[in-house]
Amino acid sequence: MKTHGERERQAFALAQAVGLGFTQPLGRMRRGSVGRVLAVSGGMGGHDIERGLLEMGFVEGARVEVLHHGFLGQDPLAVRINQTMTIALRRCEANAVLVGPLRDAAEEVKPGLTLEYASS
Amino acid sequence: MTAITLANEEMRLARIALVGPPNSGKTTLFNTLTGGRQKTGNYPGVTVERKSGRLRTPVGHAIELLDLPGSYSLRARSPDEAITRDVVLGRQAREALPDAVVCVTDATNLGQHLRLLLELRQLGRPLILALNMMDIAQKRGCQISLEALSRRLGIPVVTTVAMRKNGVQDLLSQIDTLLNQPLVASGAIADWVEPAPEAIRTYHREVEQLLREAVVQEGAPERLTRQLDQIFLHPVVGPLILLGLLFLMFQAVFSWAEAPMDWIDGGMASLQALLSEHMADSLLKSLLIDGVIAGVGGVVIFLPQILILFLFILLLEDSGYMTRAAFLMDRLMSAVGLNGRAFIPLLSSFACAIPGIMAARTIAHPLDRLTTILIAPLMTCSARLPVYVLLIAAFIPNTTVWGGIGLQGLVMFGLYATGIVGALVMAGVLRLTLLRGGRQPLLMELPSYKWPNPANVLLGLLERARIFMRRIGTIILSVLILLWFLSTFPAPPAGATEPPVYYSLAGLIGRGLEPLLAPIGFNWQIAIALVPGLAAREVAVAALGTVYALSGDEGTVTEALTATLAHDWTLATALALLAWYVFAPQCLATLAAARRETNSWRWPTFMFVYLMVLAYLAAFVTYRAALALGGG
Repeated sequence: MKTHGERERQAFALAQAVGLGFTQPLGRMRRGSVGRVLAVSGGMGGHDIERGLLEMGFVEGARVEVLHHGFLGQDPLAVRINQTMTIALRRCEANAVLVGPLRDAAEEVKPGLTLEYASS
Repeated sequence: MTAITLANEEMRLARIALVGPPNSGKTTLFNTLTGGRQKTGNYPGVTVERKSGRLRTPVGHAIELLDLPGSYSLRARSPDEAITRDVVLGRQAREALPDAVVCVTDATNLGQHLRLLLELRQLGRPLILALNMMDIAQKRGCQISLEALSRRLGIPVVTTVAMRKNGVQDLLSQIDTLLNQPLVASGAIADWVEPAPEAIRTYHREVEQLLREAVVQEGAPERLTRQLDQIFLHPVVGPLILLGLLFLMFQAVFSWAEAPMDWIDGGMASLQALLSEHMADSLLKSLLIDGVIAGVGGVVIFLPQILILFLFILLLEDSGYMTRAAFLMDRLMSAVGLNGRAFIPLLSSFACAIPGIMAARTIAHPLDRLTTILIAPLMTCSARLPVYVLLIAAFIPNTTVWGGIGLQGLVMFGLYATGIVGALVMAGVLRLTLLRGGRQPLLMELPSYKWPNPANVLLGLLERARIFMRRIGTIILSVLILLWFLSTFPAPPAGATEPPVYYSLAGLIGRGLEPLLAPIGFNWQIAIALVPGLAAREVAVAALGTVYALSGDEGTVTEALTATLAHDWTLATALALLAWYVFAPQCLATLAAARRETNSWRWPTFMFVYLMVLAYLAAFVTYRAALALGGG
């Protein structure tokens, strides 16, 4: 059971260490935004949600892009993983996925800033 | 386990299972290999029934090929995924452990699909990796070293193009090679446990490592699906397109089916004419003409409508659009505690609740699935149509309202809408009371769009037609014969004033039920027609014909019946019967399907009772309201 809280704390610590407050749960992301998965935790749903997310490709290091959202309440989301597979999920479950900046995207936006942690 | 030697054993069937994630083209591959009879679609987990086919390899091995439900992992989340897990592990009752497993993956999505292969490899059983849709991967510039992949994995790797007959030769010869090798015993299957989250992360890393070594050149990402989704999943345009598609679908069901329905009608009429000309008057003649042909004709006539509806559903599934519909509907459905995935079973239920109830197997959460099964019969299935059509023609004037909208069509729409609203309300009520429980996460792949495969669609349609005709040949036919028997015996006494059926067993039952049904405006004729109508809705029209002692072919009966009913019933009674039909659980086959799917009589019994109560209440309110408004 230790993995869930532990992992999240590590990821936050990692993000803080690099000097970026730019981490957010996938469920908060807007349409069109891109990022890299920092941590996947079960959240309220426990291991089943965590495993479900991992099995659908949401794993630490994966590139995620929010392509679409539903017409009511901007829910659910359609998320492209690693440019190969698109997954529909609700924001509520998407919150179990913590997303940080994408290294290459960050380079495009802010040249000169390098973030090595994403690939580790 | 000892070594199996198959080379000289012609009689022994080698059993090979096809396993793969949803949308890996597994079912298409199965169809190509076996020329089999089954349907395929893009909706995750569409392969819900046990599908097997036989084939012979080039060397001459006889093989039984098993098409297992698509699954992302051996950790089964839904009932159909559990079947995949249990067969692969040899835990499925009455299903021997497969001699070999072929893991089918989409070559354009290996990063996600290879994890299942790694899970399977852990079991230590004979395994072949098939990289499917290799043609598409190559078109996008992707190059994969099969040799490196095979070496790293320690299993044979072949490429397949499931759409083409000659795209499966490599797979067949690999199967031959594998079957000629002695099987090494392995205890890994007994030790299998569900992978923990950390184990899945390890599989992810392993896949990454594998692909780094085996992928020579990465393919370009797919563009077309992204562009199409800009339109189909657009917050405003998307729902409008969905609405338009549904409208087109129902429009087609009613207008395209008209001609074939007329042919069937004509065919049955001439068959009746032929028989009545050439047969001597006898009980058998009466049974054949009034019982069997009129009744069967009255049901077979819906085959065109059912096939058109399923054609649309199969096309939408096979093209990949169906999951988009589920995506668009998810928020609405979650308001009543359902899942967007429930949209597909419920849509199928407009044709017939039975395939709808079966399609609910793809819903992982047991409570969501049960709710979907319980409300599926509220979707207006095609068996209600004959009753709706008859009553609307008899009682609703063929006028237009609000500048051009036909009143009859409007009433029909209202009946459909009542069913849908009733289903949604009922789902909400169930999820708040009996079936209270956690919400199921929506985790659904939106596969790439593709042109529907004509062979897949055709096989799916044939399957539907077969199921429907078998239903007619069994349940409906026996009910019709029973009905004929009940309404023919005993014969009326001399000097009878009422029609013969009044004195028959059916009349006895109907008159017995009359006091119960009088408060909702039903007369004894309706009561009699409802008795056989409980077994199958569409029989009620033929039964009414019998009750009103109308004879002739099926078409003229309907015409005469329209006139008789308009004269004999009040508007309030007709409306009450329509309201009754929206809810009443009048289909034995649906209850049997619910029994099979829930594995107990508890839920079908509940389904029957709640629908009956709803039907009675709806008919009562409608009847009283219509009377109060002067519809008596």
